[in-house]
Amino acid sequence: MSSTRLGRPQLYLSYAQDMALLNTPAKRWWTLVLALVAVLLPFMLEDDLLAVLATAFVAAIGAIGLNLVTGYAGQVSLGHAFFLGLGAYTAATLSGDPDSTRLIGFGITSFPIWLLASGLVAGLAGLIVAPLAARLRGLYLAVVTLGLVFIGEHLFKHWGDLTGGVGVGRPAAVPELFGIQFAVDGEFFTKAQKLYLLMFVLLVIFGVLARNLVRSRIGRALAAVRDRDLAAEVIGVDVTRYKMIAFAVSSFYAGVAGALLYVMIGFVEPGSFNLALSVQYIAMILVGGVATISGSVLGALFITLLPRVTRELPAVLPFISSSSTSGGITVFQVETILYGLLIIGFLIFEPRGLFGIWIRIRTYWKSWPFSH
Amino acid sequence: MNEFVATVVRGLGNGSIYALLALGFVIIYKSMRVISFAQPAFMMTGGVLVSYLVLELNFFLAVVVALLLTALLGAGVERVALRPMIGKPVFVIAIITLGVDIVIRTVVNSFIGLDIRQMGDPWGLKQVKLLGVTVDQRHLATLVTTLVVVAALFAFYRWSRTGLAMRAASSDQEVAQAQGVSVGRVFSLSWALAAMLAGLAGVFLSTGIGLEQNLWLTALKALPVIILGGLDSLGGAVIAGLAIGVVEALVGNYGGDLSPVFGGDFFLVVPYLLMLLVLLVRPYGLFGTREVERI
Repeated sequence: MSSTRLGRPQLYLSYAQDMALLNTPAKRWWTLVLALVAVLLPFMLEDDLLAVLATAFVAAIGAIGLNLVTGYAGQVSLGHAFFLGLGAYTAATLSGDPDSTRLIGFGITSFPIWLLASGLVAGLAGLIVAPLAARLRGLYLAVVTLGLVFIGEHLFKHWGDLTGGVGVGRPAAVPELFGIQFAVDGEFFTKAQKLYLLMFVLLVIFGVLARNLVRSRIGRALAAVRDRDLAAEVIGVDVTRYKMIAFAVSSFYAGVAGALLYVMIGFVEPGSFNLALSVQYIAMILVGGVATISGSVLGALFITLLPRVTRELPAVLPFISSSSTSGGITVFQVETILYGLLIIGFLIFEPRGLFGIWIRIRTYWKSWPFSH
Repeated sequence: MNEFVATVVRGLGNGSIYALLALGFVIIYKSMRVISFAQPAFMMTGGVLVSYLVLELNFFLAVVVALLLTALLGAGVERVALRPMIGKPVFVIAIITLGVDIVIRTVVNSFIGLDIRQMGDPWGLKQVKLLGVTVDQRHLATLVTTLVVVAALFAFYRWSRTGLAMRAASSDQEVAQAQGVSVGRVFSLSWALAAMLAGLAGVFLSTGIGLEQNLWLTALKALPVIILGGLDSLGGAVIAGLAIGVVEALVGNYGGDLSPVFGGDFFLVVPYLLMLLVLLVRPYGLFGTREVERI
C-alpha cells in the first residue's frame, strides 16, 4: 500500500485515509515542527509573554467550543460568556478554601477533578438551554442567548456567597496535580513556564478531541443541520438531538476554558462575564475561520495578542498616549477601534478568516508558478 | 392607587424609549432581515450630538440637527459596511453591525469622557400634578413625542409612495426591484430612519438624568422587546416596548419582597425573563410572521 502511494501523496485508497487527522505529508511535518516550537518556546521567551500565550491557548479551547456550535452546527450563540462564567465559578468553588467564612469552598485542588466538573456543569446548563435552540432559528436564537448572558451576569453579581460580589470577586481555582503546584514558582520552572506547558497540553488534547468529533458521524450531522436543517431532517438527521449535542459539547468546552482562564489571572470578578466577552469569542472564530479547529486557535491567538501589540504602539506613534488621563487618543481606544475594524474588515474581505488566508497562500504555492 | 398610576406613567415613559429603539430594529429587520447591533451606537451618537449642540442652539433645534446628522451617519454606515454584504448570511451581517457598534461607540465615548453630560432640556427633573398624580415631566414628554413619531411613521408606511416601496421591498426584494423600486435606496432610508429613532431615544433617555457611557446598555433592552413583539411587526414593537416598560417599572416598585432572593435591581433582567417565557410558547413573538419553510 505504501509503495503505491510513494511519490503520489495525494492518492487516497480509502475514505478513512482521506479523512485521517493528518492526511498529507506536509501536514504531518508542519504539525511536528509547530509542536516542537511550542514546547521549546518556554525556554526562549520572557515570562510575561508566556503568560499571554498561555491565556491565548485557554481562549483557544473556548473558541473551539464556540466554533462547534456556531461554526459547525450553525447555531449562533452570544451566550458563551455565561458558560465561561459557570465553568470559572464551579472550578473556583470546588478548589476554594473550605475554612473561609466569606465564600463557599470545598478544598478539592486536584485539577483534573475540578476541570471535569466545571465542564460538566456548563455542559449541563447547555443541555437545559438547548431545547430553546431546537424551537428557535437564526437571529431569534442569537437574541435569546444574549438574554442568557444578562440573566447570568445578574445571577453572578448577586450570588455573593459563591462569587464574592461585584468589585470583590474571589480567588480563582488552584491548579494542582500529584503535588505539583502549577500556579507557584517552582525549583526548576517558573509559574509562567509551568502554566504555559499545562495549557499547551490541554489545548492539544481538546483540539484533537474536537477535530475527531467533527470528522465523525456527529460532525457531518452538525454540518447538515447548519446547511439546511429541514433537508437534514428529511434525510434522517435528528435535528433536535444534534442541536442538543452541539450545545452540550460547546458549553463543556466553554466551562473548561472558563475554569482555566481565571487560573491565569488568579482572580474571578462577577462583572466580567458580559456581552463584551461573548463578542470577543465571536470575533475569535470569525477572525480565525468559521468551522475550522485550527482557525479557532489562530483567532484566539490573534485576538489575545492584539492588546499586547497595541500596547507597543505609543513608542512608535507619538500621537497615541498610553495613559487614559492625558488628552489625545489612548491605547485602549485604538485597541477597541482596531478590534471593531478587524471584525468588519475580515467579514467583508476574507470571510474565511486567517484560515482562509492560509488556504490562499497554500493554493498559490501548490500551483506555483501557474496561477491556476 | 396614585402610586400605582405614577409607576405606570413612569413605565410608559421608559417604555416609549424602548419602543423608539425597537422600531429602529424592526425597520432594519423588515428591509434587510438582519438585527442591527449598531443601534446602541446611534443612540449614544444622538445623545452626544445634542449635548454639544445645546451649547450653541435652542434645545429643540439642537435635537433636529442632531437627528439629521445621526441619520446621515446611519445611511453612511449602511453604504460602507453593509452594502458590500448583500446576499451574505444574515449572521455575518449581524456580526458586522456588532463591529460597527464597537467602533462608533468608542469614538462617541471619547466625546462623553468620564463625566455626565447634561442635555439642557426644558424638562429636567421637574414634576407636574396631573389629575392628582405626580409624574415627571420628561416621562410625559417622551410618551407624547413617541406617540406622535409612531403615528407619523405608520402614516408614512401606509400612505406615502416611499413607504409603499419599503413595504414592497420588505415582502419581496426581487419583485419590488422589477416594479422599479430601488432596493438600495430602501436600505439607505431604513438605516437613516433607524438611526434617527435610536438617536431620539438617546436624547429622551438622557433628559434629566444626563448622558454617561454606560447608558448604551439600555439600547439592548430593545432586543427582548422586538423578540416579544415579533421581529417584523412595527405595531408589535410599540406594544411590547410599552408593555415591557410598564412591567419593569411595576417590578421595580412593588418587587421589594423579591429583592432578598433576586437582588435589588432584579427589574433590570425582567425583560429578558419575560422574553424567554413568551418564546417558549410563541417562537415568533406575539405579532411576528411565522416563517414558511420549503426544502
